[in-house]
Amino acid sequence: MSYYTAANRAWILLLLATGLTWWLGESGMAESASVPAAFLMLGLALVKGVLVIYDFMELRHAPRMWKLLIVGWLAFVLSMIALAYWTGLR
Amino acid sequence: MSTASPASPASGPVNAPQPAFPTEDSGASRRRLPGDLAVWFFILAELLAFAVFFLSYAFARARDVALFNASQLTLDLNAGAINTLLLVTSSWFVVRAIQAVKRDDKAGGVRWLAAAMLGGFGFLVVKVFEYAAKFDAGITLSTNTFYMFYISLTFFHFMHVILGLVILGVLLANTWRGAYGRDAYHVLESGGAYWHMVDLLWIILFPLVYVMR
Repeated sequence: MSYYTAANRAWILLLLATGLTWWLGESGMAESASVPAAFLMLGLALVKGVLVIYDFMELRHAPRMWKLLIVGWLAFVLSMIALAYWTGLR
Repeated sequence: MSTASPASPASGPVNAPQPAFPTEDSGASRRRLPGDLAVWFFILAELLAFAVFFLSYAFARARDVALFNASQLTLDLNAGAINTLLLVTSSWFVVRAIQAVKRDDKAGGVRWLAAAMLGGFGFLVVKVFEYAAKFDAGITLSTNTFYMFYISLTFFHFMHVILGLVILGVLLANTWRGAYGRDAYHVLESGGAYWHMVDLLWIILFPLVYVMR
């Protein structure tokens, strides 16, 4: 897939994922099913972040070190947020 | 099809004739870091600063979930979602601008960059209304820990949107003057990478502060 279509696909997916995150809040799912909703949102943020990094920042075909650094940052931050959320449950 | 697209390694040698002019990635490696290396170090520093902020919020929340959840209810979920759509779309416009410039389509580059700036300004307008509503309700940095984080975290990001718009403005002016083209798009890519970073940060900030309960 060319960079051109990859970026367009990323944009559509980003809109859909944002809509889903909004819906989780708006429908009350974020409240009534808070734990699965929270982890789903973090998963969506991971997907959205990777789309931005790969198809907007164009790091999909960048040197491995840079790809690893930026995607690693995203994965680290989201995992730590998940950990903090989990400790808040107890 | 775009004829000279050095950044599309997906296309095979059959349908991707070598450009007649040398490009920066026609050398040994097909892997290429877009833009300037220095910008990526700068982006890394910014990401680390925001990581500290995000994690401080997350762990502060874990110590007082009830307070954070109650205060979060006063936030405008719709405003946060609209701002996500604005930033994501604005980022995509920047990608389109770079693609246009790589085809030597100067007018297209100018148009897409102007559209991207409009998205950024839209974000600021929504945010100003959001802040105004909070300040009218008497909410300040010292109201409670949640609002301290909400105001400082979103304002720190707000400043980055302003800087991003200044950068896009410079890129727009340069594109208008014809400074960029299929042989010269490094600066555009560097500025674009910064704008995508601003987008990436909001993608985490929105669920974290506005939605997760």
